Amino acid sequence: MIPVAFEYQRATSVDDAIAKLAASGGGKFIAGGHSLVPLMKLRLSEPAQLIDIARIPGLSGIRASGGRIAIGATTTHYEIAASPLLRDQCPMMAEAATEIGDPQVRNRGTIGGSIAHADPAADFPAVVLALDADIVLKGPTGARTVKASAFFRGFYDVDLGAGELITAIQFAPVKSAGYAKLRQRASHYAVVGVAAALEVSGGVIRSARVGLTGATTHAVRLTSLEAALAGKRADAVAAACAGAANDVADVNADLHASADYRKAMIPVFARRAVERALAR
Amino acid sequence: MSTSAPVLPKLIGERVKRREDPRLIRGLGTYVDDLKVTGMRHLAFKRCDIAHGTITSIDTSAAAKMTGVEAVYTGADIAKILAPMPIGTPFPSPPHHAVAVDVVRYAGEPVALVVASDRYLARDAADAIVVTYDPLPAVVDPEAAMTGQPTVIHKDFPHNLAVALVPSGTGVAPDYSSIDNSAVDKAFADAEVVISQRMVNHRLVPNAMEPRGVLAHWEPGKDTMTIWSSTQNPHILKTMIAAMNGLGQHQVRAIAPEVGGGFGAKINIYAEEYVCSVVSKQLGLPIKWVEDRSEAFVATTHGRDIIGYIDLAARKDGKVLGLKMRLIADIGAYNMLLTAAIPTLTMLMANGTYDIPAIRTTLTEVFTNKTPTDAYRGAGRPEATYFVERAMDMLARELKMDPAEVRRKNFIKPNQFPYQTQMGAVYDSGDYEKALDAALTASNWKGLVAERDQARAEGRLVGLGLAFYVEVCGLGPSSSLPTGGWEHGQVTIERDGRITATTGASPHGQGNETTFAQMLADQFSVPFEHVTILHGDTGIVKQGIGTFGSRSQAVAGTALHLAGGKVRKKMAQFAAAMLEASEDDIVFENGMVGVKGAPAKAKPFAAIAAYAYVPVPLPPGMEPGLSDEAFFEPNNNTYPFGCHISMLEIDRETGEPKLLKLIAVDDAGHLINPLIVEGQIHGGLAQGIGQAMIEEAVYNEDGQLLTGSFMDYALPRATDFPRFELSATVTPTPVNPLGAKGVGEAGTLGSTPCIVSAAVDALSQFGVTHIDMMLRPEKLWRIIHNHGGGRS
Repeated sequence: MIPVAFEYQRATSVDDAIAKLAASGGGKFIAGGHSLVPLMKLRLSEPAQLIDIARIPGLSGIRASGGRIAIGATTTHYEIAASPLLRDQCPMMAEAATEIGDPQVRNRGTIGGSIAHADPAADFPAVVLALDADIVLKGPTGARTVKASAFFRGFYDVDLGAGELITAIQFAPVKSAGYAKLRQRASHYAVVGVAAALEVSGGVIRSARVGLTGATTHAVRLTSLEAALAGKRADAVAAACAGAANDVADVNADLHASADYRKAMIPVFARRAVERALAR
Repeated sequence: MSTSAPVLPKLIGERVKRREDPRLIRGLGTYVDDLKVTGMRHLAFKRCDIAHGTITSIDTSAAAKMTGVEAVYTGADIAKILAPMPIGTPFPSPPHHAVAVDVVRYAGEPVALVVASDRYLARDAADAIVVTYDPLPAVVDPEAAMTGQPTVIHKDFPHNLAVALVPSGTGVAPDYSSIDNSAVDKAFADAEVVISQRMVNHRLVPNAMEPRGVLAHWEPGKDTMTIWSSTQNPHILKTMIAAMNGLGQHQVRAIAPEVGGGFGAKINIYAEEYVCSVVSKQLGLPIKWVEDRSEAFVATTHGRDIIGYIDLAARKDGKVLGLKMRLIADIGAYNMLLTAAIPTLTMLMANGTYDIPAIRTTLTEVFTNKTPTDAYRGAGRPEATYFVERAMDMLARELKMDPAEVRRKNFIKPNQFPYQTQMGAVYDSGDYEKALDAALTASNWKGLVAERDQARAEGRLVGLGLAFYVEVCGLGPSSSLPTGGWEHGQVTIERDGRITATTGASPHGQGNETTFAQMLADQFSVPFEHVTILHGDTGIVKQGIGTFGSRSQAVAGTALHLAGGKVRKKMAQFAAAMLEASEDDIVFENGMVGVKGAPAKAKPFAAIAAYAYVPVPLPPGMEPGLSDEAFFEPNNNTYPFGCHISMLEIDRETGEPKLLKLIAVDDAGHLINPLIVEGQIHGGLAQGIGQAMIEEAVYNEDGQLLTGSFMDYALPRATDFPRFELSATVTPTPVNPLGAKGVGEAGTLGSTPCIVSAAVDALSQFGVTHIDMMLRPEKLWRIIHNHGGGRS
């Protein structure tokens, strides 16, 4: 519970943060610290320097423009959960935020940190996959944008280059979207979490995007399920979801849930997520 | 003044808010970690990361070279200045070095330590110590360990038996000289129904909010040792530290400052306390060690971990004829202070609230390569309650009887008290049927049954649980505790009429500063704010035992009440002299001391106090001053009881259990402060429900604790519970003048079996008669799924 010694610097701008990290030699960005600090306390992570990006002006906040919403990287889970804009236009995002950890975690943890850390059981990765969000990055060589579906690559492996940081998450809001999860009772991470974003007209699901977290090495899209849902009405959702886990291989197993159980929960929470989406 | 309509409210029985809370909530409390002593150094332990092995080398050179590191000790170094640690039970015990010598026996056992100028450096230096091991096989399953394979943990304990089979109950002579099985055999021969079930009461991590911490300060100029520790019993700590340091008890002062919870795990006197004291003495420096949370998971004793093989013999009408309870306790790698005694309390309370004519229990305690166990909230009694209550529930289910009625049929009746059980306990008082009826009424039991049946008709998996408990508390006569079974109180009226009192019951969340002040304020008829309760410092509190076994109010409260009575009598004598009245006519009222029938003569309480300290003239035969003490030893334990009822729903698709209702009726005798009592019950319920639903210490086969952090070990949160519905019946105890029984642990007793029985009820349609805790969603889902009960 006592980390090794480290230096701490506070960045004043994104460019300042990038420059400070480049100069640090083995440093790490820190915002809410709710993924990094526990690892440091267990001495599983021993960065020589922490570059604090939490107070960079403009890096936090939720803004709508041109039919899209941008959430700054240092926006806390609580701010997302409480956002009237998100609650109105993209309620799944606010709903997922309320499901993260406990109030202390939600008051400090940030969406950028959650996505950059990419815990296999974190909630937001499933949500940004379902929203087909853009992850906006900036690094020593400039800014770039990566689709969420390309960002999560493997077990704690994301498309984030050396010295890069996430500046924002951008997406077109989807009203008919829902998130449902089976909570691990200790950590409140997702044993299985499913986010579903639907395009619905005339009571028919025209298209669907579904993100899954907790069950595999990293959050993934359930493309077969997405195809199965297309063209379905509410009464056909359960049948469509029954095969939700069919193309999910190598399901995680741990103390809290076996692979069999996790796999069996994927259709259950897929259906619940879709039902929530349809209810909106 | 008038003698009618008292201005000062009577406080006993009132919901007075805890006076401790404003400082604790605002961060103004002083815990061990907050203390600083000039010259203080920091100690950190190197702990082994394997569960069993022989130490082949310890290289401390890198640590010793670090700037700021002042000393490094291995187990062998410590063994030269500290004998193996003693235990407080009369059972055989292998040598237990505070820091391992040659062999490590559980992951987390200390193997070396460093002393450094700051805590961070000490931790870095401990990391720099390199230890190599020759691993030995580990054994974590007690029933496997009993075979003596694959390993024997202590060489003089073949088959890893810490306590070989000990029988108790009907037909067993108290000195074990003879065993007569005829009554038990007959009960089972006569039985029309026998319930047999293996049940596991699994291992828990106590997890006090404040981990442990020690600051030991040997002062060479004075030849005295002061030791601050986050402990439940500073007086026992003083005794042990003196003995292990070769000092007289007059040379040691032990102080428990604010203590942030203990739950029984801070009764034990730990390796870290001994080590800090001997290192301080050797180096002549104040030495501080503060446990971090990762350490606390492995280095502070665990609780429970008892397997019970239960057989219950009964007639078809529900009358229980006999009970057999074969207990196997997994005590981990070593005997600690009370370890071996805890499961004996399970034996003692085996029959619960029932008049069972023939009982046989046997107990085997087994060493495994796990953290040692010791007391944890309830300490042996929740285990007994769980076993007997689950068995009673299974009997009710087998006979298709209402769970309340099968209990009613077997209750010890009010006219049977004091009731000598087959296990040797003498229950002081009880009216179980009254509490049962109160619970059935409070819960609207018939309504709950209808609600459950309606939910089932809708396809929901809803179950009801009911459990009754009786606990042994308020320890107790000195025959029941090696430390002595009394408690001490001292009451001093200061010169200005304010009251300072000391108690030997050192609290760690019980609220004694409030409840004891309520009592004394009433006894002297002075404002609550005029009374201070001091505790936790053996330099201030003359004598004491400590806080455990729900004994504070019943034993320490009574000691203060008796001390207060002595002082009050002396004060009345001074008042009689001052007011020229008879002592018998002196009355204490509204902050005044007066004469019955002569209100005009009354003087302020403070005036009498001032006179007692400057007694001119000194009444004949009297000494100046107003201070007196009392040791109170009850002639028996107390036996509080109660009934808990729950309604629980299991998600058919996921197996997730959700607690919908929890109704508790508790009878702790007379209550001094119902608000604090409810708080204690809330905490106990949280831990009892926590065990049933979400808390479990899990080891892998190699002896690694898999639930070694809050990421994997679930502590109950407020959001895990419905609003608890509490009420009380009051059956005073005759064993102390307050009539108070004790309530600190009660919540853990009834709730756990009540929850499991509700889960069994919810899944009864699948043919389930018992489910071992904890109620993991996957476990429940498999029961449902294997019977085709899932929806999709």
